[in-house]
Amino acid sequence: MTSDVKELYQQLIVDHSKSPRNCRVLEGADASAEGHNPLCGDRVTLFVKLEGDRVKDLSFQGNGCAISTASASLLTEVLKGKTRAEAEALFTSFHDLVTGHGAKDSGPELGKLKVFAGVSEFPVRVKCATLVWHTLRAALARVQQPATDADAAHAR
Amino acid sequence: MTAATATLAERIRRDFPALDQTVHGRPLVYLDNAATAQKPRAVLDAITGYYAGDCANIHRGIHTLSERATEAYEGARGKAQRFLKAPEAREIIFVRGTTEGINLVAHSFVRPRLKPGDEILITAMEHHSNIVPWQIIAGETGASLRVAPIDDHGELILDRFERMIGPRTKFVSVTQVSNALGTVNPVADMVAMAHARGVPVLVDGAQAAPHRKVDVQALGCDFYAFSGHKVYGPTGVGVLYGKAGLLDAMPPYQGGGDMIRSVTFEKTEFNGLPYKFEAGTPDIAGVIGLGAALDYVGKIGLDNIAAHEGELLRYATDEVLKVPGVRIIGTAPKKEGVLSFVVDGVHPHDVGTILDREGIAVRAGHHCAQPVMARFGIPATARASFAAYNTFEEVDALVRGIRKVKEILG
Ligand SMILES: Cc1ncc(COP(=O)(O)O)c(C=O)c1O
Repeated sequence: MTSDVKELYQQLIVDHSKSPRNCRVLEGADASAEGHNPLCGDRVTLFVKLEGDRVKDLSFQGNGCAISTASASLLTEVLKGKTRAEAEALFTSFHDLVTGHGAKDSGPELGKLKVFAGVSEFPVRVKCATLVWHTLRAALARVQQPATDADAAHAR
Repeated sequence: MTAATATLAERIRRDFPALDQTVHGRPLVYLDNAATAQKPRAVLDAITGYYAGDCANIHRGIHTLSERATEAYEGARGKAQRFLKAPEAREIIFVRGTTEGINLVAHSFVRPRLKPGDEILITAMEHHSNIVPWQIIAGETGASLRVAPIDDHGELILDRFERMIGPRTKFVSVTQVSNALGTVNPVADMVAMAHARGVPVLVDGAQAAPHRKVDVQALGCDFYAFSGHKVYGPTGVGVLYGKAGLLDAMPPYQGGGDMIRSVTFEKTEFNGLPYKFEAGTPDIAGVIGLGAALDYVGKIGLDNIAAHEGELLRYATDEVLKVPGVRIIGTAPKKEGVLSFVVDGVHPHDVGTILDREGIAVRAGHHCAQPVMARFGIPATARASFAAYNTFEEVDALVRGIRKVKEILG
């Protein structure tokens, strides 16, 4: 039974939760959004900078459990350079992974994000893993395509 | 850890069917009693007994089943009266729980008396259910909510509380025991302070009633509310005690059947106490189940429960503090039933998940007391809370679980 919980808390997840990457305010972000999970109090603010249709840079700040912190940290690494459509496709695959619906063959390669596969055995923790992804969507939705300067005003 | 108290827990554990199970392959260690307690078979039997044998509506049939149901329902009122040492049975109103009891008082007693500038006084350790109803009626009337502060141990600063009772204070509502910190408030003294200035008081007994003898006359409070499900009774039922003189003068909270004497389309004459406040068909099975729970608690004896839980809490406090990096939130000299803690560098949510895989049920979160969390500058805590059936071995399992948390995430 012990193995179960270690499947959730993979070394990479523990590492990213202890030393999150890109954990800061992003100067000159085009948009930001705040995600909140009222059940456990997890909070994350995600900042994105776009170049045309591509995510040029992202960062996050927040206060949350190991799963939500590691998820935010890994998201900022994985999404750099991706287009909106690629980000959306990754989210779908990631969502399938953590809810245990299995990665679809047609979906994009999840790479490092596969480390979250163990979450599917812990249904109450799915929201922790997906919080930052929903926040990303909210942030991207705030930026019109193509991005205009006015949208920077949404950053807060 | 005396043999006598150990046998109390061991003996009564058999009365609770839900305790006898494994979770993730481990024996269940149920330490989430402040959220809700497990139910003894006597309670389950009383509920089934009503549905299987006496199922009828109350106060309205002349047939035998209705008579039996009414007798059982009103019998439970008598049990609740004795449990709280209330002077009269009609001072016992059956409600859905503490939350509904507080809302009833807020709307029927306090709201009609509020004018702009008036104040309602609570403490910084209240559960959301003893904050939000007051905010709602304050917002509607232009009154304001004042909050008496607590210190770094989670103890109420009593002289600050006393000084905050002023000419504009129209009502005081305070918890007897904090669900997030375990702090026991000196409610008898607090009631006396409020009464000295002519201010009525409600005591939230949700976390006190399961752990100690309550005597509303000794406390002197005007209202007292508790939830059945935390006293080993069913969910969906609770008790509001109010002084008869106050209840009599209050308008009803809800309108419907059973709470009226006569109705025409022009005019309704309300029923007397307690029926004026029990509109509609109540949770009859729940009330009967609660009666059985109060009998059960009476049989074990609240003094025995208090002694056992006190030893458990002391033992758990000592043992948990032996784990490096564990901090207890809520270190008031007088505590009951609750051990809230944080593990350095580990979010309580992760503590909860890892403990759950060890079969240990604790609550991780803000415990519906976000202002308490804010006061201590933390988003959440993990909380172990004790009941009469918990054993010292379960505390040992908790401590092993916390060590495991540190091993995985420390
Ligand atoms: C101190 C306190 N007050 C009020 C409540 C609300 O009780 P209920 O949800 O049963 O109405 C609780 C329950 O957690 C509590 O601990």
